[in-house]
Amino acid sequence: MTLAPETTDLKIQLRLEDDDWFTVCDLHRLVPGRGVAALLPDGRQVAVFRDRTGRLYGIDNRDPFGGAAVLSRGLTGTHQGRPFVASPLLKQRFDLETGQCLDDESVRVAAYEVRTQ
Amino acid sequence: MTATPGATPTIVLVGHGMVGQRFLEALAERGLTATHRVVVLCEEPRPAYDRVQLTSYFSGRTPEELSMTDMEFIKDHGIELYVGDPAETVDRAAKKVTAKSGQVFEYDTLVLATGSYPFVPPVPNKDAEGCFVYRTIEDLLAIEEYAKSRATTGAVVGGGLLGLEAAGALKGLGLTSHIVEFAPRLMPVQVDEGGGAALLRTIEDMGLTVHTGVGTQEIVVGEDGAVTGMKLSDGSELATDLVVFSAGVRPRDQLARDSGLTVGERGGITVDEQCRTVTDPHVFAIGECALAADGRVYGLVAPGYEQAETAAATIAADEASFTGADLSTKLKLLGVDVASFGDAHGTAEDCLDVVYSDSRAGLYKKLVIGRDGTLLGGILVGDAEAYGTLRALTGSVPPISPESLVLPAQAGSGAQLGPSALPDEAIICSCHNVSKGTIRGAVTEHRCTTVPEVKKCTKAGTGCGSCVKVLGQLVTAELEASGVEVDKGLCGCFSQTREELYEIVLALRINTYQDLLDRYGREDARGGDGCETCKPAVGSIIASLAPTIGASGYVLDGEQAALQDSNDHFLANLQKNGSYSVVPRIPGGEITPDGLIVIGEIARDFGLYTKITGGQRIDMFGARVEQLPLIWTRLVDAGFESGHAYGKALRTVKSCVGRTWCRYGVQDSVRMAIDLELRYRGLRSPHKLKSAVSGCARECAEAQSKDFGVIATSNGWNLYVGGNGGATPRHADLLAQDLTDAELIRLIDRFLMFYIRTADRLERTSTWLERIPGGLDHVRDVVVEDSLGICEELESLMADHVAHYADEWATTINDPEKLARFVSFVNAPDTPDPVVGFVPERGQIKPDLPLLTIGHRPLEGSAQR
Repeated sequence: MTLAPETTDLKIQLRLEDDDWFTVCDLHRLVPGRGVAALLPDGRQVAVFRDRTGRLYGIDNRDPFGGAAVLSRGLTGTHQGRPFVASPLLKQRFDLETGQCLDDESVRVAAYEVRTQ
Repeated sequence: MTATPGATPTIVLVGHGMVGQRFLEALAERGLTATHRVVVLCEEPRPAYDRVQLTSYFSGRTPEELSMTDMEFIKDHGIELYVGDPAETVDRAAKKVTAKSGQVFEYDTLVLATGSYPFVPPVPNKDAEGCFVYRTIEDLLAIEEYAKSRATTGAVVGGGLLGLEAAGALKGLGLTSHIVEFAPRLMPVQVDEGGGAALLRTIEDMGLTVHTGVGTQEIVVGEDGAVTGMKLSDGSELATDLVVFSAGVRPRDQLARDSGLTVGERGGITVDEQCRTVTDPHVFAIGECALAADGRVYGLVAPGYEQAETAAATIAADEASFTGADLSTKLKLLGVDVASFGDAHGTAEDCLDVVYSDSRAGLYKKLVIGRDGTLLGGILVGDAEAYGTLRALTGSVPPISPESLVLPAQAGSGAQLGPSALPDEAIICSCHNVSKGTIRGAVTEHRCTTVPEVKKCTKAGTGCGSCVKVLGQLVTAELEASGVEVDKGLCGCFSQTREELYEIVLALRINTYQDLLDRYGREDARGGDGCETCKPAVGSIIASLAPTIGASGYVLDGEQAALQDSNDHFLANLQKNGSYSVVPRIPGGEITPDGLIVIGEIARDFGLYTKITGGQRIDMFGARVEQLPLIWTRLVDAGFESGHAYGKALRTVKSCVGRTWCRYGVQDSVRMAIDLELRYRGLRSPHKLKSAVSGCARECAEAQSKDFGVIATSNGWNLYVGGNGGATPRHADLLAQDLTDAELIRLIDRFLMFYIRTADRLERTSTWLERIPGGLDHVRDVVVEDSLGICEELESLMADHVAHYADEWATTINDPEKLARFVSFVNAPDTPDPVVGFVPERGQIKPDLPLLTIGHRPLEGSAQR
């Protein structure tokens, strides 16, 4: 696995289960309103997003309906004040803070704490 | 469920037509299929189908599509259905039915739904080869075969409802068609003299020949015994190769007669208000074979349905009765609206007529009004728009004057009386007997907010469909009345429609989404991140107008990148496993052998699945996101550019080879297709745009199924617009004829820009053309006659687009910052997504679907590298 080259830019970090902070990439790699996918050390994939105010979010990258790892490629938005991403497969929306699916209350994907360092 | 005969009571249904099927559904709804053995004997070789829509077979509906029988339903309810096995005898004393196959069924209840048979006048040679009736799918198949092989002219005996349908079908089969009607006018039962005259004119304009006031005296046959003509009562002879008898139907009551049941003087099994035969309490008769308690035989499907419900309810020991039915009908015959309702012929004492007639336009409207102003009935020919409202108002005094109800709106005093004026007890859906009050209840009590929900909840509008328009108006009115604002806004972020947003963007030169949202979004959406609906819609508007409003013409530039749908963002089409497909542009479908080889080599080198598309190009599937720039570098090097298969944009302009090669071609269709495709490539629009150019009237490029289609004539080009294939096919409408190259291109420029300006999001040209007020005529006024004075602006907007076009893939592969986005993982750019895998099939690859489920553990972590 090749990590992105070091720069002096702020880094985006994710909190893993063992309370370690995992560095994903430089902040400037994220376009406001879009996401990127990152590979975690255990093989899981996470979708990281940045909204127009600069806030960062991380949820599992797998679309639980279709199975493909594509949530990072969805369109984001705000629904009743809460940030969401719409899956590019069949458009189900997921709350970016909790991972809760907004169109099927029985479905939720993992959500991660994200910070810049 | 399979019941042992004798152990549970048995219902035997004889006849599986529309009414029979409805009876079975009514049994199931009342739980009777669970408590009874149900046996159905069906004479025709196929189960119940939609006989009302029979003629639609000739416009492409298959017998399967006409079917009304869900075999799951039959199976789930344990119904024993025997097709092609009619009942032959009934022994009422032993309560047994014997079928043609020899099977014998004991019954506790027998229901006769044998329908009717076509009446064939007893003229000499009526059974000759080439004589047909028009009743079943088998009849249609036989007519079609004979017409194709042995006939150029056809005549229909009978100018009623079915006769006109049959004549239209013959014409559709390419025959010169005649209608012979004994009465002095067409459709004598439904319309009066004035209505008949309006109808006659329209039908004759379609190229059918009508002979009224004459009877058929003899069918003339040739030496081989096949039809050559018919002798008419006025002494004339009509040469024809084929005759269809459609002179009415008679109840099929022979089985009942043979078993000693009472039948009416003019036929029909006599039943009481519960649809029980007056002779035998164990036998019922429903539909066209029954003589109802009011002394009438009903030949329409709605009363038949009501009888089916009544019989089922009576068998379930519920209270129900059929005492008579409304004979109101609304039909579209050969494209002409014909409706009659209530006392259409003014038989009530002292009644008065209000008539509006315009035989030039084929319009005839008559209302029958009682002395006290009560609306008693009416006839509408040519325009039956007001049918739903008028029928429901029948029996009451309309709230506005009757003449204003029939005058056309543009005549000044014409009033549009909405369905909100109707009383609650007014019947809106006569097929299912649903009142306005029930529909209102669906909205207020059952919280339905859309027409499909109301249809599901009340069944209204699921029969013949003629009330759906009124239904829509009622639902909207009711929602508005109950304070639910019917929001026409684009989405939760914008209260404006797409068209309004386009105007704002263009007029104020707003060139960012955030600016538009923060200034014109809904109050609570301002400052937010928008949503997945408005972002691509606004992104598309900005892209369409980019050069004019000062935005970048590159859809991945700056903020625009965040607005694009996922496909546009990666300039490729996302497939189910997260891989992409790649479609290079092949203008007009013309490609050199070298070009084909390049595509072949690329597909081979990257291991892609290849398929020829319907738009005359080549689709390569299975590319990983990180492969897209590598693939496109090679394609761009070889001179290919983006095909925009991922965008709401111009897709392809198909062509046939045209005059250059084809013996029939009259213009160079390939050249024109290439010119058009290169002119409009990259043009973002509310939905995808497809086009085609055919080199002659044979139309091999299928231009009439396209958003804009061009067909060559010996004098130039004909332009068709608003066509569509897909789920709701629509033939394109002719916009202008015999255009020069320059005229054609100017007109398409205007048409496309007018569409982009006024269409809703994701609205194809076909639905747009049907929706916008004034339809095709309005569009023609605007883009041909320049009635709004905007053509210069439309042309200049298109000129801007053409001048500023750049291939977005060429731009992307030369921009390192954009290329960095094409990775599976931002922190591991060389690692491919492990979920994207492939397995072989027929010598190529396909997605490895199990991979999508195996690794799927969203909530628990497990190492799997």
